[in-house]
Amino acid sequence: MGEARDGVKVKRVVFVTVGTTCFDALVKVADSQEVKDELYRRGYTDLLIQMGRGSYLPIKSTGDDGSLAVDYFTFSSSIADHLRSASLVISHAGSGSIFETLQLGKPLIVVVNEDLMDNHQSELAEELAERKHLYCARPLTLHQTIAGMDLNSLVPYSPGDATPVAKLINRFLGFPEES
Amino acid sequence: MEKNSSCCFSNLSSNLPITCLITFITIFLHRVLNVIYRTGKPLGKRVSPQRPLSTLIVLGSGHTAEMINLLLVLRKERFTPRFYIAAATDNMSLQKARVLENSLADSSETKGLSAEFMQIYRSREVGQSYVTSVWTTLVAMAHALWLMIKIRPQVVLCNGPGTCIPLCVIAFFIKVIGIRRSSIFYVESIARVKRLSLSGLLLYKLRIADQFFVQWPQLQRKYPRAHYVGCLM
Repeated sequence: MGEARDGVKVKRVVFVTVGTTCFDALVKVADSQEVKDELYRRGYTDLLIQMGRGSYLPIKSTGDDGSLAVDYFTFSSSIADHLRSASLVISHAGSGSIFETLQLGKPLIVVVNEDLMDNHQSELAEELAERKHLYCARPLTLHQTIAGMDLNSLVPYSPGDATPVAKLINRFLGFPEES
Repeated sequence: MEKNSSCCFSNLSSNLPITCLITFITIFLHRVLNVIYRTGKPLGKRVSPQRPLSTLIVLGSGHTAEMINLLLVLRKERFTPRFYIAAATDNMSLQKARVLENSLADSSETKGLSAEFMQIYRSREVGQSYVTSVWTTLVAMAHALWLMIKIRPQVVLCNGPGTCIPLCVIAFFIKVIGIRRSSIFYVESIARVKRLSLSGLLLYKLRIADQFFVQWPQLQRKYPRAHYVGCLM
């Protein structure tokens, strides 16, 4: 690893995002030695954490010592760019994050925040996991999920379609059918 | 009764306020039942299809992306002028709506005021106690009433944020009073797979929404009056 070979180190970035929420449990576990070692074993080189409103600060690392390079930031105006350059996304269970990632065709592990009251978010994550579009985990099971995941088994998500709704609305209001 | 008719008349006139109240309540209930009965019945071809309908679009935090997706497949010339409302503390949603409207303005010749953006007080913050929510909801209702009287939309589109409840309730009562027949469309958020949101539950149970859309089949089974339309995202 390093410039000794051909000077080009292939970066495989794991992007962790909590959106606009505070999800210290995820940031902490993503920054844990267990998870970082597992990611490194599976061939990832960089870990980038978007920590949102959380208070736990990860430990930055350059990764020169044969381990994962770690960096973090709070918010970004263009999460999309980070998603695009990631090889694996680990996200909180917000529907916006989930669908933005799925539409970019990126492998996704959704981590459900157990501290939230009335956690309806887990419904969406579990449903999509059942349909094999992503992996669903809790902070304490993230390590096992990464160890056992087979990204080739994930089914690509085909984008949704709002035209059925539009059709029904138009029909209700008495507008003529589209040609 | 041994009393003569003039006495009965004086009884009636002394009870006039009560009589009026009873009459008023009866008419009101009759109107409410009438509107509920007509809720969900399509407007039919009697409505001139060519005339555009003023449309109120309720935006909110995580739900905005879905609403934008829906707006992209609706013909703009049918739903104009468009009024976008978001909670007072939510700036990103209106920003996304502005971006959408700008892209529409670029692609067609129609310029001018076909879109307006406004903010409404939140009835309830996420996690806010239900007790204090009663007061904040009343404030939001008053604000919603003010906005709705100004706008009087013919179509209301919403998909979940609590901000839509005061607006939909007011729209419903405007129908009851007979000022404006507005059609209320509610799309339950894609994040709701097995249970409806509080907004959705209220609008469904109280039959306030004319058409209620859900994105997952499990919800359609639980709530048969809903239309299953698949995922919007």
